Amino acid sequence: MDFSTTTLTDLRDGMRAGSVSSVQATQAMLDQIAAVDGDIKSYITVSGEIALQQAAVADQRRADGDDTPLLGVPIAVKDIIAVDGVQMTAGSKILEGFVPPYDAFVVQKLKEAGAVIIGKTNTDEFAMGSSTENSAYFTTRNPHDLSRVPGGSSGGSAAAVAGGMAFGSLGSDTGGSVRQPASFCGVVGLRPTYGRVSRWGVTAFASSLDQVGTFGRTVADTTAVFQTIAGYDRRDSTSLNRPVPNYEAALTGNIKGLRVGVPAEYFVEGMDEEVETAVRTAIAHLEKLGAERVEISLPHTRYALPVYYLIAPAEASANLARYDGIRYGPRRKGENMIDAVKKTRALFGDEVKRRIMLGTYALSAGYYDAYYGRALKARTLIKNDFLTAFEQVDVIATPTAPTTAFKIGAKTDDPLGMYLADVFTLSLNLSASCGLSVPCGTDSDGLPIGLQLIGNTLQEATILNAAYAYEQSLL
Amino acid sequence: MITYEPIIGLEIHAELMSKSKMFCGCKVVDSVTAPPNTAVCPVCLGMPGMLPVINRQAVEFSIKVAIALNCDVQHHNIFARKNYFYPDLAKAYQVTQYEQPIGLNGWVDIELGTGETKRIRIRRVHMEEDTGKLTHENGRSLVDYNRAGVPLLEIVSEPDIHSGEEARAYGIKIRRILRYLGVNSGDMEKGVLRVEPNISLRPMGSTTFGTRTELKNLNSFRALADGSAYEIMRQETILRAGGAVVQETRGWHDSKRITFSQRVKEEAEDYRYFDEPDLPPLFVDEEWITAVAQTLPELPDAKLARYQIEYDLSPYDAAVLADEIRVATWFETAVTVNSAITPKTIANWVINALFRLMNNAKLTIDEISITPEQLVELLGLIADQTINQNSGRKVLDEMFETGKTAVSIIESKGLTQISDEDALAAIVAQLLADNADSVAAYCGGNKKVRGFLIGQVMRATKGKANPRLVNDLLTKALA
Repeated sequence: MDFSTTTLTDLRDGMRAGSVSSVQATQAMLDQIAAVDGDIKSYITVSGEIALQQAAVADQRRADGDDTPLLGVPIAVKDIIAVDGVQMTAGSKILEGFVPPYDAFVVQKLKEAGAVIIGKTNTDEFAMGSSTENSAYFTTRNPHDLSRVPGGSSGGSAAAVAGGMAFGSLGSDTGGSVRQPASFCGVVGLRPTYGRVSRWGVTAFASSLDQVGTFGRTVADTTAVFQTIAGYDRRDSTSLNRPVPNYEAALTGNIKGLRVGVPAEYFVEGMDEEVETAVRTAIAHLEKLGAERVEISLPHTRYALPVYYLIAPAEASANLARYDGIRYGPRRKGENMIDAVKKTRALFGDEVKRRIMLGTYALSAGYYDAYYGRALKARTLIKNDFLTAFEQVDVIATPTAPTTAFKIGAKTDDPLGMYLADVFTLSLNLSASCGLSVPCGTDSDGLPIGLQLIGNTLQEATILNAAYAYEQSLL
Repeated sequence: MITYEPIIGLEIHAELMSKSKMFCGCKVVDSVTAPPNTAVCPVCLGMPGMLPVINRQAVEFSIKVAIALNCDVQHHNIFARKNYFYPDLAKAYQVTQYEQPIGLNGWVDIELGTGETKRIRIRRVHMEEDTGKLTHENGRSLVDYNRAGVPLLEIVSEPDIHSGEEARAYGIKIRRILRYLGVNSGDMEKGVLRVEPNISLRPMGSTTFGTRTELKNLNSFRALADGSAYEIMRQETILRAGGAVVQETRGWHDSKRITFSQRVKEEAEDYRYFDEPDLPPLFVDEEWITAVAQTLPELPDAKLARYQIEYDLSPYDAAVLADEIRVATWFETAVTVNSAITPKTIANWVINALFRLMNNAKLTIDEISITPEQLVELLGLIADQTINQNSGRKVLDEMFETGKTAVSIIESKGLTQISDEDALAAIVAQLLADNADSVAAYCGGNKKVRGFLIGQVMRATKGKANPRLVNDLLTKALA
């Protein structure tokens, strides 16, 4: 078995059939990490020893007749999500060495499902970025072309799956941080509806936008991981107390009569032609599979980027103010208490500082109404755009990102250019929708292109099945 | 000469005695005695990814207070983040109600020294979380997060208060209500109840407000009254001299009895409030409010009125007994034990005898061993003339001391009243024979001697003689 190309579902079948063990699969992942991660750099922390122990336990449990959904499956976790007893840096020097004494809800769910946690993957600092170049540790490289970024902020999780170093992974998506790297790395990435997955234990960037998502090499793999982490958690007051459907069973491949909306605002002047062609071809392919194409409009799309860059930094400015070195994390010495805190906070990177400043400004007296207050109103308009659209269609199809993976360093001096990498993904976070990215071909350089499918509130099963139908038809 | 009118508004912060903290499962502990940082968890320490969950009991306590303070209880409650940096604030923002608090537009009536009452309007009551405590010693700063996240209720009055004594009366009233509701111990020294007046002066008749100062670290209502009075005097002196009051926070120096500048507010602080994205709006429906209203005890004003009407107590006695809910409850239990003993009799014994014993022993009503039933039993024994009043007081002393019942004390000490007429008549006859001089004086018109003679009888009987019988016998013998 070539573990670097084996899907999660195949591995699960293999373990159920007894042809492969979790220890073998886990060791294979660790071997692959040793072989390629020196170049790709997807992991910040590899907890190999713990993983092998968990794998051995999983094998024993299976021998004892246990068969929980992810029993023995090696999974990677973005380093913004807490794993009890394992360092969590959030890609920042300000949390270097911080070991949380708790599991995030999603990690607890993975463990209950029997998953093996291989390690913690690289991320832009506090998930702020679209390339992992803002990680305080190192930049992750795109497994398809080491000179290019994997996307971000969950670039480590996407690259780990694309590079055969995990069978699935968890990321977080505040403005596109799961879908955009999935697109760049040629894997599937799902961003569930806000509240579908608990944020307990997930380091906050922008609380009203953050949501944990899943990566897989296939739609079925992505779904299998999502199935285990979805659900209500009373410790997250924004989590939705709604039944969790059987998403895996919903992957029928039948999309006859599915109404697919194509918003004019997402096919704009200046976008990469190869991306546009690939996405339009994919939509035509969905039609061939029985879907009905509907031209739609999301008229307030152009406000999404400015609205996002007011709301997300505003919330971040409050969420990040706690990192002062007093209770946990590294502490720098100073002349006095306040000076020590100032010196500790100098550990934040430039992009984080930029967003804290932006957010602080947007919330300041005299500016609140003009910036944050207005952004909230515009957010409602954007949200309503989607609700109106979903009266006519079942899914909305767009490109995931305007380009394929760009060169490392190409946008590091151009924050606005970097922000534009998320222009197609961040509207969704401002709404109550869910979305995913599924590979839909490559450009002339062989770089993956992603098709974004957006669904209405809690309609993950619909978009996963549409993506599944598309993916299966290409085989 | 201009007369100045002092304008005072009060902010009261009351920690709620819920089982757990406002947003996490940590116990609410005594922040003075509990070892530092022993009632903390990742949530109240603000660790990454930790989220708040609203404490239902704390909300219920808040609804209780809002109802008791005659507020309109709000259905749509929103929590906001108040952003500011201080090491005792774990998340660097305080979760608090800003634009939509739990209670609006309330009032309480306060009792003035003149016996009149005055209505003080309450602007708002809102829920929030307390901060930790920072202490500086030997050049280092220590922080204890036990108190961080403890539910805190802020009660803001309108500027309807015009003197230190009114401020004190208002504070006492609020504390009494909080204690009646069982939501706060009222212990100002421990900081579970913190009172901060905003004080300004304006020329009488003016409709605009003068520059105000805010007074902090008042650890008693006496300090509130005296600090406010001092501040009024200080501001008046400045204004009369043509000066200007500086807007600032001032502290009260309890031993020097003066206020001193703590922090000058050059510009309004910008807390960058915004709705707490981790907490959806909290909807408090009418049904919930009604259910909570039904759990409210009889409140101080109602109790005070009822004691006077139903129990025929004087306003003073009623106020003394209704001051503390535990005393009131103890007293009311006693009233129900034996209908032959009037509430007035019980009130007299509680106020004049029991309180004296409690004061001497420095015990509260919860700490004494005498039960209401035991006191009423004693009063029954006095009423049926088993013992006389004097013996009754001695018996009560011993009950208080030893925890024994009245009956056992009376038996063991042989205090049963001598009501045997023949026996007493013999004693009286003997005494009159022994004190022929006194008898002669009495017959000669010195009526005072009668008291001496009664005293002699009581002495001879060790105080056990039935006084009425002694009186009758003497009358007969001296006729």
